[in-house]
Amino acid sequence: MEDNKPQLVKVTVDGIEVEVEPGTTILQAARKIGPEVAPPAMCYYQPLKGSGGKCRACLVKVAAGSAKDPRPMPKLVASCITPVQDGMVVENTTSPQVLEARKGVVEFLLINHPLDCPVCDQAGECDLQNFAFEHGAAKTRYEEERRTFDKHDLGPYIQLHMTRCILCYRCVFTADQITNKRVHGVMNRGDHAEISTYIEKAIDNDFSGNVIDVCPVGALTDKTYRFKNRVWFSRPVDAHRDCPTCSGNVTLWYRGEEVIRVTARKNEWNEVKEFICNTCRFETKKTSDWVIEGPTKIARSSVITANKYRADTVKPDFVSRIAAANYKPIDDARDTSQLSIQQLPPERFANSN
Amino acid sequence: MTTETNAKIEFTPERQVLAKEIIARYPEGKQKSALLPLLHLAQEQWGWTSPEVMDYVAGLLSIEPVEVYEVATFYTMFHLDPVGKHVIEYCRTGPCCLMGAEDVYAHLKQKLGIDAGQTTPDGKFTLKEVECLAACGMGPVFQIREQYYMHLTNQRVDEIIEELSK
Amino acid sequence: MGKKILLEHIDVPGIDTYDVYRKQGGYTAVEKALKTMTPDSVVEEVKKAGVRGRGGAGFPMGMKWSFLAKPEGVPRYLVCNADESEPGTFKDHYLMKHIPHLLIEGMIISSFALGANKSFIYVRGELMYVIRILEKAIAEAKAAGFLGKNIMGSGYDLELVVQPGGGAYICGEETALLESLEGKRGNPRNKPPFPAVKGLYQCPTVVNNVESISTTPWIVNNGGDAYAAIGIGRSTGTKLISASGHINKPGVYEIELGVSVEDFIYADEWCGGIRPGHKLKAVVAGGSSVPILPANLILNLANGDKRLMTYESLSDGGFATGTMLGSGGFIVMDETACVVRNTWNFSRFYHHESCGQCSPCREGTGWMEKVLHRIEHGHGSLHDIDLLVDVAKKIEGNTICPLGDAAAWPVGSAIRHFRDEFEWHIKHPVEATQPGAVYRGEMALV
Ligand SMILES: Cc1cc2nc3c(=O)[nH]c(=O)nc-3n(C[C@H](O)[C@H](O)[C@H](O)COP(=O)(O)O)c2cc1C
Ligand code: SF4
Ligand code: SF4
Ligand code: FES
Repeated sequence: MEDNKPQLVKVTVDGIEVEVEPGTTILQAARKIGPEVAPPAMCYYQPLKGSGGKCRACLVKVAAGSAKDPRPMPKLVASCITPVQDGMVVENTTSPQVLEARKGVVEFLLINHPLDCPVCDQAGECDLQNFAFEHGAAKTRYEEERRTFDKHDLGPYIQLHMTRCILCYRCVFTADQITNKRVHGVMNRGDHAEISTYIEKAIDNDFSGNVIDVCPVGALTDKTYRFKNRVWFSRPVDAHRDCPTCSGNVTLWYRGEEVIRVTARKNEWNEVKEFICNTCRFETKKTSDWVIEGPTKIARSSVITANKYRADTVKPDFVSRIAAANYKPIDDARDTSQLSIQQLPPERFANSN
Repeated sequence: MTTETNAKIEFTPERQVLAKEIIARYPEGKQKSALLPLLHLAQEQWGWTSPEVMDYVAGLLSIEPVEVYEVATFYTMFHLDPVGKHVIEYCRTGPCCLMGAEDVYAHLKQKLGIDAGQTTPDGKFTLKEVECLAACGMGPVFQIREQYYMHLTNQRVDEIIEELSK
Repeated sequence: MGKKILLEHIDVPGIDTYDVYRKQGGYTAVEKALKTMTPDSVVEEVKKAGVRGRGGAGFPMGMKWSFLAKPEGVPRYLVCNADESEPGTFKDHYLMKHIPHLLIEGMIISSFALGANKSFIYVRGELMYVIRILEKAIAEAKAAGFLGKNIMGSGYDLELVVQPGGGAYICGEETALLESLEGKRGNPRNKPPFPAVKGLYQCPTVVNNVESISTTPWIVNNGGDAYAAIGIGRSTGTKLISASGHINKPGVYEIELGVSVEDFIYADEWCGGIRPGHKLKAVVAGGSSVPILPANLILNLANGDKRLMTYESLSDGGFATGTMLGSGGFIVMDETACVVRNTWNFSRFYHHESCGQCSPCREGTGWMEKVLHRIEHGHGSLHDIDLLVDVAKKIEGNTICPLGDAAAWPVGSAIRHFRDEFEWHIKHPVEATQPGAVYRGEMALV
């Protein structure tokens, strides 16, 4: 019995040791330790095969490759797709080089992303907002034109606002792996790439709504979400029902006594636990349709933690210190009208419940 | 898309044979590999790759239409809109520019009276800017269909355009 | 005259036909390999030859071959990279057009050595006319019994497929090429796994450049040691150089590795010097991706020794004073060339060609192009120069594939060596945007 068990390997992340199964990625090993050392992930999504490697948010430094070959790796590596080796030593938030690169990634991702979180439906549960808050520089140096698109309906349930898309490909993997027919995809290339159906087509499929849950930003949103509103005004409650199509395990989002939307349940990394069907998501919005289990537990590390963006909370101290120490303004006299989000007045993000 | 253009989208009989041959080149189950060759074949026949043509190609390979759209929009050689009779694909990359490509290009644009991405009113010429065509030592260079035109000068351009206008 | 290995028969009329090629000794290497050698002994000779990948990275070909995984019952593939799209590079185009059978013969030998029964030549789609030449050559070779089932009674089967690209530089990157060959968008893959383990159709695969594969007939005929005897040190054999720009004789030249850069530029045998009345200002020595060097640094190393056309000598001094041999796209600029404009042009190229998968390259290449465009068109500020350096640094090394680096290096190196030219553009926007205006400040021309 014992012999069949794979030998665990030892990895150190930011000075903390953990034992994991061989083949585990650095990111998963770090997550096992906890949110303090887990690298951010904007494209990687554990439930989706083949995801990851694209956004480069999760870059880490491998200070020692393995016990056998303790040389450092020459470049930063994407932790979400790099398997651990026994004796590997990884630096995440303890490496100034990593923080600097990540600041670069934030800046790149925000180049073609509007800086208007206050009017975005995703605000408060947006991975990008969170990522920028924790790792971004104080302001953007980008002053060229931004790419914009009109909002677009993908059928009766889903709205695409391509301007906000960060091309993580999650929704494409979802359509490939969860639904039986993919009608949307990535068109064009480079920074002209866009999520689209190419010709007007509705995404019409029992499981299509899941693309909304996997989207890390406000690019794909629920058209039936009533009172489009700050997520912190609503109250999440776990519930289930007997569904012939999916597990029926969902989170109901209440505003007062009203269910304003239904989503899949997510784990502390903001990943869907079980994909749900469109009937549960879009068409079952009466409390009487559901068996209520109780308030949803939201992990402190989750992006939807209330008060997240209050100036006085959350942000790990050393992150801001290192980031501040390393940030060199290129030109103080520049146009700063396009502020990055954490410079917005804190009350904008405050919990006004 | 429109019901009145009922001309059936289908390869000519010779191309149907060729398409079968192409699809058979790849291992069992890997017929999607034939996508680029078939798109080239389609463009040869219809001049551009319309959504209907792409849907037809998807059908031949038993893949989803979106898989074809994704690919056709990724590669620059496929015309996603109707084009003129001759598509001039002009190299705008550095090495050609050292050989005087920019001046010749200005002349060409003036000669045709159009800018990049446009088609002459008579429908004869469409002008496209492309990146390096792997002919840098023979620049300036443009390509029309399969033919490379190299060592371009203003005079050479005039000759070529006049020849093709006939 | 230097030794010619690939272009030995280039001037023989009709060398693009099977009969003439055969008369010049063509396909004798296939006969020798299939009749008298084992696949492993072919690999051994290629290893001994020390031939390094000619597509840009310079990885030893024999070593790459020996890494190929060989699980039972799983097909292996050889894919020839004929996507040649790196600005300044046109040697593969030249070779395939003029001596197509050399590549076909090389493909047969290499496929035999690797145990591949179906091999692909991925040619950029723009070269459709070359694809037709190759297809004709394949038909001829097949008719002569060098392709197909049981070649020359050896029991070895091989089929060659020529695959067209669709217009995308990124498909030269080997994993993007494999994706493209599978009928998908040319998005480079995450590595690991490497193609040697999981390549085409998830099977073990070797990807090699046209020129690399074309060396194998000579190596089989003459032995790896004979090949290794040519050249200097770890830069063995000959290399095709695509010479373009402000020289008297642009074209493709086969040089023995080790020729001095100075001889290569000025000798009549090769570029024949800078065009009359002009002086050498700068060279991009290995295709647009490699760092640009000013005249004095391309001709001489930092210590004053002559720089040679070898992998080692061209990269001597790292990026501070050196560059790379890359794909051998040798772009020469005289004093009429504007480095700022050229850098913007290259930057536009990478912006246009980024696949768009990973954020630093997708967003960073566009950003750099826009800033450079601004500077070139008289709207730059001095801070833009540092901004460019910083953006380039944040792309470099942080992307999925080396296109990110390839986009960053030209910008970084141009600013490193020609900063005053950038500053001049910014400080004199009116003057600098006059047609044909070029900075003529203190600059070492040769
Ligand atoms: C962006 C990019 C473009 C490339 N383009 C080419 C190309 O056009 N031709 C080529 O042979 N190699 C190209 N390469 C290198 C290939 O990835 C690969 O290293 C090469 O084909 C291996 O063959 P070799 O070892 O024989 O050089 C490119 C690499 C990158 C990153
Ligand atoms: S729409 Fe959302 S899920 Fe899809 S690629 Fe864009 S950001 Fe990712
Ligand atoms: S570096 Fe550029 S070309 Fe390479 S994978 Fe990333 S986006 Fe694509
Ligand atoms: S989460 Fe690893 S690259 Fe996006």
